[in-house]
Amino acid sequence: MSGTQKKEPKGVRLDHISKIYKNPKTGKDFYAVHDVELDIEPGSFVTLLGPSGCGKTTTLRMIAGFESPDEGEIYLGGEPINELTPNKRDTAMVFQSYALFPHYNVFDNVAYGLKLRGIPKNEIRERVTNILKLVELSDMEQRMTNQLSGGQQQRVALARALVVEPGVLLFDEPLSNLDAKLRVQMRTEIRRIQQTLGITAIYVTHDQSEAMAISDNIILMKGGVIAQMGSPTEMYYHPNSEFVADFIGECNFLPCSVIGREGQDAIAEVYGHPVRVRSETTADGKAEIVLRPEAIEIAEQGQLPCRVELSCFMGSYQNYHVRVGDTLVKIADNCPIGRRIFQVGEEAYISFRSECAHLLEV
Amino acid sequence: MARAQSASLDRKKLFGDPVMITTIVVLITFLTLFILYPLAILLVDSIYSPEGGLTLRFFQESFSKYTFIRAITNTLKVGFLVGILSALVGLLFAYVEVYVKVRTKFMGGLFKVVSMLPVVSPPFVLSLSMIMLFGKAGIITRHLLGIYDNNVYGFWGIAIVQTMTFFPVCYMMFRGLLKNIDPSMEEAARDMGASRWKVFTSVTLPLLLPGIGNAFLVTFIESIADFANPMIIGGSYDTLATTIYLQITGAYDKNGACAMAVVLLCITMIMFLVQKFYLEKKTAATLTGKASRARMLIEDKSVTVPLTVFCSMIALFVVMMYICVPFGALFRTWGRDFTLTTRWFEQVFTRYKGFKAFQDSFILSLIAAPITALLSMIISYLVVKRKFKTKGFIEVVSMLAMAVPGTVLGIGYIRGFAGGVFHSGFMQGIYGTGVILVIVFVVRSLPTGTRSGISALRQIDKSIEESAYDMGANSLKVFTSVTLPLIKDSFLSGLVTAFVRSITAISAIILLVTPSYLLITVQINEFAEKGSYGIACAFATILIAITYGSVLLMNFIIKHFGTSRKVKEVE
Repeated sequence: MSGTQKKEPKGVRLDHISKIYKNPKTGKDFYAVHDVELDIEPGSFVTLLGPSGCGKTTTLRMIAGFESPDEGEIYLGGEPINELTPNKRDTAMVFQSYALFPHYNVFDNVAYGLKLRGIPKNEIRERVTNILKLVELSDMEQRMTNQLSGGQQQRVALARALVVEPGVLLFDEPLSNLDAKLRVQMRTEIRRIQQTLGITAIYVTHDQSEAMAISDNIILMKGGVIAQMGSPTEMYYHPNSEFVADFIGECNFLPCSVIGREGQDAIAEVYGHPVRVRSETTADGKAEIVLRPEAIEIAEQGQLPCRVELSCFMGSYQNYHVRVGDTLVKIADNCPIGRRIFQVGEEAYISFRSECAHLLEV
Repeated sequence: MARAQSASLDRKKLFGDPVMITTIVVLITFLTLFILYPLAILLVDSIYSPEGGLTLRFFQESFSKYTFIRAITNTLKVGFLVGILSALVGLLFAYVEVYVKVRTKFMGGLFKVVSMLPVVSPPFVLSLSMIMLFGKAGIITRHLLGIYDNNVYGFWGIAIVQTMTFFPVCYMMFRGLLKNIDPSMEEAARDMGASRWKVFTSVTLPLLLPGIGNAFLVTFIESIADFANPMIIGGSYDTLATTIYLQITGAYDKNGACAMAVVLLCITMIMFLVQKFYLEKKTAATLTGKASRARMLIEDKSVTVPLTVFCSMIALFVVMMYICVPFGALFRTWGRDFTLTTRWFEQVFTRYKGFKAFQDSFILSLIAAPITALLSMIISYLVVKRKFKTKGFIEVVSMLAMAVPGTVLGIGYIRGFAGGVFHSGFMQGIYGTGVILVIVFVVRSLPTGTRSGISALRQIDKSIEESAYDMGANSLKVFTSVTLPLIKDSFLSGLVTAFVRSITAISAIILLVTPSYLLITVQINEFAEKGSYGIACAFATILIAITYGSVLLMNFIIKHFGTSRKVKEVE
């Protein structure tokens, strides 16, 4: 196999996977991951997202082989891999702490996996050189890893995983040790490289904006089970629960009752005022309107009366907290310059387009 | 909910890794055969006689002996006092080093020497110099003070010598703890109006309390397990270790010795369990903080002067005790004729087969050291980095060996291997040979090596090894290409520590050595007991030179070829 030939990316299938751990405090067993069913397309970029303790890292480590599932079977490229040790699986992982070998220089770090595979020296040189070019570290081959910045170390870790051309690339919160600016830069980089190589990638993070920016599909987990999966747009605009809506982006929940329908929209009553809301369900009675802060307009006229409780200039937007009935509603009024700025204590109205709102059954 | 599937998968993965499974099997066999089995056979021998079957007779007989009861009380009395004194002196030294502004370089050097000396010297050298300085013919007592009948033998002799020997261990422990106290806590107390003394009693001391208990127990165990010091300076003041030794070498009462050994083992084991599972956790729990910034050192003369003077006096005293040894070998007759002579050194080699003694000790220790170092690194790796069923067993047994006094282990080996395993004749061949001596060396040094290996490995991010494993390396490859290079320094110092411990060991060895092997420590002990201090000192001097030389060599190697060098250069 030469450096230019591409190996086919592999799909990953989790067939009703569960992992049981013992709670060290109570001594009781609990499901860290419960009945997770997943089918990851070859060549796609999938993110496991969720708060800490949701089972996302455990799931990733089961795919890598560091943990064994208690129920279910994992398939890599159609082959069951439950019984394989991590070193025999066609996966490569990028670790949160980079996990570079401190006693090797950059070249030897990247070449490590290739040497293990008994690849001839000149081919190793060629492939390592190519991959270092791809991650833009060409002139750093001889550096020791502690002479690199955090971002550079991250690139070495990425190169080391990429160079063995794994069937699937695994990322365990790879950017969490970088500062905010570099994080944004690196995630674009990772996405670019993944698309260039057409490799399958599974990415674990607790940062929803990272997940949104990078993924073809997001799998949001909570308490060991999948809360919702879908494309970033779907997840953002059509969350299936308060948890999903709240975890992905900021969110307001307005209590309402559905009183009628009109085409695609439902007519809902909020604190005695009727509003139109896009709704796929035929729900009746009590419900919640999911409303993103940037989808709300505040003005002297509008749909729902409110009272301003906080008004704060954030640069790119004016941040309001307003009280609608008993509910606190957060508003991000983008590019507020030239518009009327409401002060704390003022009465105002809010309004939104029906397709920006989403109805949740309660 | 059942975890059966993951358990069976883990097992399959383990069996898919032949190196790993072989290593585990070999380790378990080694630990069972050479640590658990000898102790088990002791227990059996203490309650079972071939004629009478199960019986408590041997315990009843032992406890009805006045000498045995006295040995127990003697041992506990000494252990208690030595534990307290060592903890106090150790704490004082550590406090001065971490808290007090010391102006002279001399003090720093002195502290370093004091912490290093007990590591490189045979454990009982201080007894020798104690007798030579303060005994009936002692330089200080007889020649400086004109006291002719000073009795250094007995309780105070043992207590002082053991304190001198063991307090540096406490000093090192406290130094680590004190450095972990965040200075801002004490500054907060000062800021709210507490005096320095109040800060010490209300903040520093309470934080240290579990650590003090810990240091006390560690020293306590060392003290009651100590064999050579009570042997040389105990006189008629017998402790458990010496009583057991005499019971088997003098009275040939094997079952009685086993019963006594079980009693000693129980005491150290209880202390060890308390220390390990209660105090050590508490110490770690109260002092986890890293110092946020450097501590403002105490410059107040009313504090610094008395503390430094007191510490310097103790340190100088210890150094003087050690210096006494080479001089003891150079004077014609200690206490009477102070003309310099090389006669004792010559006699070591001409009359007393010194060359063979050094050769035997050196070769056996040289064989034992790499085995110990490698074994302890493998155990540490498995314990810290891997997950498998019998891990707990391996960890507990290899640590347990720390609580087994050498004398007890020696008796266990005699009973366990003299007639082969379970008296079946199997492996009888190793008894009385160098093989069993090497095994004893390994077992005696394994806990220390494993402990330092574990702490070295805990510093290394687990994902570094996982990443190698994930890239396709098998367990052997991970260990040799990643783990071992990363803990090279720790491995090297483990190597030297094992060597030094082996070449200076005596308690278990003295019971197992046969005339075909001459060991230096056994020779020193013999001559010291006979009162031939010139010869004993000559042996001891050469031994210290060897151990000190190997420590210097290790430091040199670590400095010039160690892994930490590369890292430091960059920083």
